[in-house]
Amino acid sequence: MNKPVDVQNRVLKGYSNVQIGEKSKYKDTQTYTDPNFLFNEAEVTPAFMTGSEVIKEAIRRANIDLSVAYPITPQSEAAALIGELYAEGYMGDYFRGENEFGVMSQCAGAAFGGARVFTTTAGPGTLRAFENFPMWAGSRLPIQVCVTMRGVNSPLSIQPDTLEMFFLLETGMLIWHAETAQDLFDFILKGFIVAEMPDVHLPIAVCCDGFFVTHTKDTVALPDEKYVLPPYDPYKSPVVCMDMESAPVRMMRDPFVMKSNYISYMTQASWQLEVRAAIERSRKYTKALIGDLIECENIDREIIMIGSGTAVSQAREAIRLLGLDGIPVGLVKIKTLRPFPHEEIAEALKDAKKIFVPEFNVAGYLAREIKAVLPNNDRVVAGPHVAGGMTMPSEVIADEVKKALGMKTSGMTARG
Amino acid sequence: MSDYKVVPGPEAFLPPAAAMMGIELPDPGEGHIEGRIVPEDEAIEHAARKFLGAKVPTIFPGPQILWHWNESAAIKAACVREMAEILPARLIPMADYRPKYPKINPEVEINPNHPNLTIWHNKIDVCLFVGVHCHQANLALKIIRGGTSCYTMAACGMSGHEDACLTIRDVHEDTLRKLTACIKKLKAEGVKSQAEPFEQFRFSREDRKPAYLT
Repeated sequence: MNKPVDVQNRVLKGYSNVQIGEKSKYKDTQTYTDPNFLFNEAEVTPAFMTGSEVIKEAIRRANIDLSVAYPITPQSEAAALIGELYAEGYMGDYFRGENEFGVMSQCAGAAFGGARVFTTTAGPGTLRAFENFPMWAGSRLPIQVCVTMRGVNSPLSIQPDTLEMFFLLETGMLIWHAETAQDLFDFILKGFIVAEMPDVHLPIAVCCDGFFVTHTKDTVALPDEKYVLPPYDPYKSPVVCMDMESAPVRMMRDPFVMKSNYISYMTQASWQLEVRAAIERSRKYTKALIGDLIECENIDREIIMIGSGTAVSQAREAIRLLGLDGIPVGLVKIKTLRPFPHEEIAEALKDAKKIFVPEFNVAGYLAREIKAVLPNNDRVVAGPHVAGGMTMPSEVIADEVKKALGMKTSGMTARG
Repeated sequence: MSDYKVVPGPEAFLPPAAAMMGIELPDPGEGHIEGRIVPEDEAIEHAARKFLGAKVPTIFPGPQILWHWNESAAIKAACVREMAEILPARLIPMADYRPKYPKINPEVEINPNHPNLTIWHNKIDVCLFVGVHCHQANLALKIIRGGTSCYTMAACGMSGHEDACLTIRDVHEDTLRKLTACIKKLKAEGVKSQAEPFEQFRFSREDRKPAYLT
């Protein structure tokens, strides 16, 4: 970087939506609040609720113009709760789409028209909708989708599995992964602000592990519901208001796209690079709002576990168990997959002798991403990973470490 | 810290986005020169010197100031025209972003999808983007950096452009007047414009005929 980003002084610079202090156009008990105040200074009250309820509480404070719903486990409850918010007058519009492809297309239509849009999906729903995600990114639509991840394989599983997040990685969207209900609340609200910055202006997938987060109760610190984010300002969009005569729509229907010449392809490539550049630009705003892109605990230790989502929670408990056996282990929690914190990870893991990457998917893709940014990446143990909705007991993670150290394991691996 | 510099090309078959090479955009009150973050005033003076030292200094006004969609746009447009007259500099509009086929007229327009044609045809060595939507500006700036030796500058109403060799951000009419004042001051101090003589383009209905009708 040509300029270090100050993580300590967590003030969002360059944010100048002018309607702070006005009453919300949807709910007159709410006032537009400076995000810096809402996230850093507003008093919070603890509440005990499920992840689905947390999504509702975040959206209550998000000043949404539109949410489109379609049922698929495990996001259905959140989508239904957002419907309650609509009935209570907290948002502009809410309806059910025909299917997930329809939902994401309808979200695009609303966002093209200048609306702040939120939706939820999961598993096969994410895949059914998939064509829309790179279209959102290429069209620079700052739509937020909360992905409550579940299995996408056949035979069908509704249980937690993070493979769909891997599929999303190169769509051009921002991808954040919440470990806890608190993360989920914070990421949803902060995600809108980062995604809507004029130099970012990209869709964002706030992902969480289905059931583990959505259907488990957790304590969450909530600011008063009188606070609401300022409205989205479509005039800050980096692209023109879309119509059939403007790019990219015009580009897509124009012979231009069919031309076989260098500059036609170059334009397409530059367009894609610009989307990737926008992901990079999101780093400084993300750091200003959620702190560094990773969280580190005891990274001076020789053995480090690194992961994202609830794999981090399981790793945390495994580290406690290993500590009882006198094996000190550090922890790195990844909060954003796009942008990927490559420099931060390389720095945090520079002295580690052995690195373990627990994952809830069959591919072990996070381990591959981490290996790609590390020198001496034979230090990385791609595992343990489970799939298809299996749980990942902390003992299994601890056993993986002991196995690598040539120690006797608990035999947890073989238990049914 | 990145050692990547955002300098005139021709850089590459497909030049990278500067943001992907570690170039951060300036914060409010700052600009960047070739990727180096500087105070806004320094960037403005550098832009003025670059303009005055150019043989074919050119301003590319975009839709945000070409169309009278609000009062501020009209004022900014007047500021840009004054700047062009004082320099002097060519004004070549980027009126919209549609790909132009069968061909554009590079003497009178620039298009973000093949901006290199306008740069090459007119031998433009220093240019300023102003009033162009950020996405389209970055698209064009990358293509210009890839295939031409033009020094690119971007006066942006939002967050600036790391794909330009020089950028200033949060640009409003006062910022444009400041740049014009800086040009006037340098000229008063004896810095002479190196611009080659040219005739300022005037758009007419005749120019708007498709190529196949002419």
